[in-house]
Amino acid sequence: MSAAVEIIRKRGKDEEPEIVARAVYEHPFIVRLCHWINTVALFVMIGSGLQIFRAFPSFGAKIPEKDLLHWPKQFALGGWLGGGLQWHLTFMWIYMGTGLLYIGYQLFSGNYRQVLFVPRDINGVWPMVKHYFLFGPKPPVREAYNPLQKHAYTTVLVLGVLSVATGLVVWKPIQFSWLGWFMGGFHYARIWHFAIMWAILLFVLGHLVMVILHGWNNFVSMVTGWKKDPEY
Amino acid sequence: MQHQDKEKDRDKDRDEKKLEVKQFRQVSRRELLKLTPLLALGAFAVPKWQDKLLKKGLGFSDWASALLFRSGHLSTTFADTELTPLARFPFNSYDVDDPGVNLESWTLTVSGAVQKPGNYTLAQIQALPPYVQNTRHVCVEGWDVIGRFGGARLSDFLRLIGADPTAKFITVNCADDYYESLDMPTAMHPQTLLCCEMYDQPLMREHGAPLRLTIPTKIGYKQAKYLTELKVTHVLDKVGYWEDQGYSWFYGL
Repeated sequence: MSAAVEIIRKRGKDEEPEIVARAVYEHPFIVRLCHWINTVALFVMIGSGLQIFRAFPSFGAKIPEKDLLHWPKQFALGGWLGGGLQWHLTFMWIYMGTGLLYIGYQLFSGNYRQVLFVPRDINGVWPMVKHYFLFGPKPPVREAYNPLQKHAYTTVLVLGVLSVATGLVVWKPIQFSWLGWFMGGFHYARIWHFAIMWAILLFVLGHLVMVILHGWNNFVSMVTGWKKDPEY
Repeated sequence: MQHQDKEKDRDKDRDEKKLEVKQFRQVSRRELLKLTPLLALGAFAVPKWQDKLLKKGLGFSDWASALLFRSGHLSTTFADTELTPLARFPFNSYDVDDPGVNLESWTLTVSGAVQKPGNYTLAQIQALPPYVQNTRHVCVEGWDVIGRFGGARLSDFLRLIGADPTAKFITVNCADDYYESLDMPTAMHPQTLLCCEMYDQPLMREHGAPLRLTIPTKIGYKQAKYLTELKVTHVLDKVGYWEDQGYSWFYGL
């Protein structure tokens, strides 16, 4: 797995150096790059997507013309429908590009082993949930990602893939009609696309809460790759 | 488990490199600097470049759309029971609901890379093999309806006027000053119609009488109404009303 170092401070000539901290290299460069580009792309996609939604804040046929949600203009990107579409149709390539680069890199480098949720992680999920939400004891930390984290990051990756798949059907219902069939048709693709966005936003919210709870060193690890004083 | 832990401890003793505080700071800084490509995204925040970059992105999407378009792949057709009733078929007009076309004297003026330019009457178009289809009409706003459209295939009409098969585009002008353009593969698609009937009735004024385009493989604003002129061309000089406001040109579904 990842490299680990001891950070030392030299003392006198004949003295042993003082060990200041340990650090592990948790996040390879490509993972960090994709993480931050995708962060920008995701928010552009959501902002412009809500701008597009504003043009017809409902689903299905135009009749009955019932608006589901009056999304405020301040939280929509692009100024008008055409502008929203420009942002959406530009950043979808960046969003998909970073997604493909991320998945390709994880598979190619084998780094996926530290984050991909696999059946043997199932038993570890409940103790983590108990710890986070029900004041349970903290399970021992052995790796960069605990089972609940693996579950969250694997789920959001699946949501990301689904956001693209549903988006392709909304964009090209005829060329991707076979894909739309799995979603229950064109109308459902738009509903799924919308629902998946909220699911991803929910993940982002949980993610941000966890990042704040886990402190500075944890945040820095997604910037420089190195986590100081890891718990394992 | 215990065995593994012991092994891990051994590895730690043996392999863990030692870095001085200063060295670790250098390593961290180097890793941080590797992320500088991220700043390139900031170009989208520069007002001067934003519009150009977004147009490039839209152009790239159009290029990909043209690649994804399959000439032989048909749009889904629907049963009569699935039709949106005509009275509830919505229509967007860009200017007026009725530009006051004189249906008696109306002709379609054909020009450009064709062997037989000139004025074509509705009867000449209706003499071509008729087609009727129940297809979905998708608006850029996000709604869609299923309508019943009848008329002649644009491909048949292009053969009638002797259009140059190597020409790349079709442009149309409309009685309400609307204008649009089409790529040749879409123009030749079997479901692309010069539509003169909706719901088995002559095209109503609000839906573009006497002649409109019906292109189920394209978004709604490409399907121009109140056609008056059609040009076959190698070079696109006029793109489209909504495209000039910033919408996508290809917008294939």
